[in-house]
Amino acid sequence: MSKPALSTAFWALLRRDFLLAYRRRAELLQPLVFLLVVVTLFPLGVGPSPQLLANIAPGVIWIAALLATVLPLDSLFRSDYEDGTLEQMVLSGQPLALIALARILAHWLVAGLPIVLLSPLLAVWMNLPDAGVPVLIKSLIIGTPVLSLIGAIGAALTVSLKRGGQLLSLLVFPLYVPLLILATSAVSAAVAGLPYNGQLGLILAGMIAALTLAPFATAAALKLSLS
Amino acid sequence: MLSVSKLSFERYFERVFEPVSFELGAGSLLLVTGANGCGKTTLLRVLAGLLESSEGELNCHQQPLYAGHHPAIKDDLSVAENIRFLMNFMGRRETPDKVDDDLCQEVIEKIGLAAVAQQEGRTLSAGQRKRCSLSRLLFCDEQLWLLDEPYSNLDHEGIVMLDGILRGHLENGGACVMTTHGSLRPEGFELQECFMRSGRHTSTWQAA
Repeated sequence: MSKPALSTAFWALLRRDFLLAYRRRAELLQPLVFLLVVVTLFPLGVGPSPQLLANIAPGVIWIAALLATVLPLDSLFRSDYEDGTLEQMVLSGQPLALIALARILAHWLVAGLPIVLLSPLLAVWMNLPDAGVPVLIKSLIIGTPVLSLIGAIGAALTVSLKRGGQLLSLLVFPLYVPLLILATSAVSAAVAGLPYNGQLGLILAGMIAALTLAPFATAAALKLSLS
Repeated sequence: MLSVSKLSFERYFERVFEPVSFELGAGSLLLVTGANGCGKTTLLRVLAGLLESSEGELNCHQQPLYAGHHPAIKDDLSVAENIRFLMNFMGRRETPDKVDDDLCQEVIEKIGLAAVAQQEGRTLSAGQRKRCSLSRLLFCDEQLWLLDEPYSNLDHEGIVMLDGILRGHLENGGACVMTTHGSLRPEGFELQECFMRSGRHTSTWQAA
C-alpha cells in the first residue's frame, strides 16, 4: 500500500487550493472590496469629524475585518462537500485534522493576509493616530488566524445545510467577542500611550489554543456532517 | 478480504436494509442489484466506513476504494490537474520507472480523455466526468473496490473499457463490490449476485 506521505498530501492540497483560488480570483476580491466599502461608509454615516473617526477607528476596522473573513467562510468546505471530494478526503486515511488545517491555512492566506496588508490604508482612512497603526497590524496578524480557525469549525458544522451561511454567522460571532474586545482595547491603549502587551499576549495565547484545538474540532464536525 | 455478518444500518431509528451477511475473497466480484432507493448506496457507504453500521460486524483488511455518485472532480481544474491532485493526495501504485507526469499522461490516455486533458472540469459531459472519476481505478492500489453504479452515463466503449479494467483487477487478486439497478451489468464475469428488495421501510437481502 503506497499511501502518500502526510507532507505530500498536505502540499498537494495546499497547491490545489491556491490553484482554485487563482481560478476563482473574482470571488477572492469580493470580501476585500466589501471591507473597503464598509470602512468607507462609516465617515459618511457618523460624520467626518477627525477626532470622532480616530476614536472609533480600531473598532470599525476590526469589525469590518471580522465580517470580511466570515463572508468566504461558508464556501470553505462546501464545494468539496458537494462534489464528493470531502468523502474521498475522509477515506484517504490521512488525518482529517491536518487536512482541515491545510484548508484553513489556505483560507487565511487568501482571505486573512490581504486584510492585514490593507489595514494601513484603512488606518489612514479612519484617521487612526500613528501610534496605533503598528499595534493594529500586529493585532490583525495574530488575530485573523483565530477568525479563520474558529470560523472553520462553524463552516464544517453547517456544510451539510443548504443555506448554512446565516447560521454560520450566528454560531461564530459570539466566539469572536473576546478577540474583538482584546484587539480594539490593545489599539486604543497604544493610541493613549498605555501598555498594550497584555492584550496582544492574550490574543496570541488564543491563537495558539485555536491552532492546536480547532483542527480537531473541525475534523469531528466534518465527519458529523458526512454521516 | 471482506467479511460481513448481520450488518444493518438505521436512519432515524428505522432500518434501511435488513441484516446483510456475505464473504468476499480475493478475485471475486459481488454484484448488488435492486430497485432505486432500496439501500444499495447506503450499504456501500457503510462498507466504505463513511457511515457507522448500527448492528453487525464488518471485517475489512484494508481501506477500500470507494467510487460513489459524486465524482470528486473540481470544475475549475483541468482533467490533468484533477488527476494529478488525486494521485498526490489519495496515493498511487508503486511504479518506480515512471514519474508522475508520465503516469498521469498514461492514465488520461487509457481512460479515453486525452482530447480533453487540458479542459476545465465544468466543460466535461456527464460520461466524461464519470471516466475522470473512474481514473482512480487505474493508479490506485487498493485491493477492494466499492463501485456505486459505475456504468451510469458511460457509453458502450466506456463500459467495455471498465469491464477490462475490472477484469485485470480481479485477475490480480483484487475484489470488488458493485451496485447496479439492473439494466447495465458486467458481462462475462463469474460473480456472486445479491438482490436487495425494497420493503415498506426496510430492504431485504437475498442471494440470487
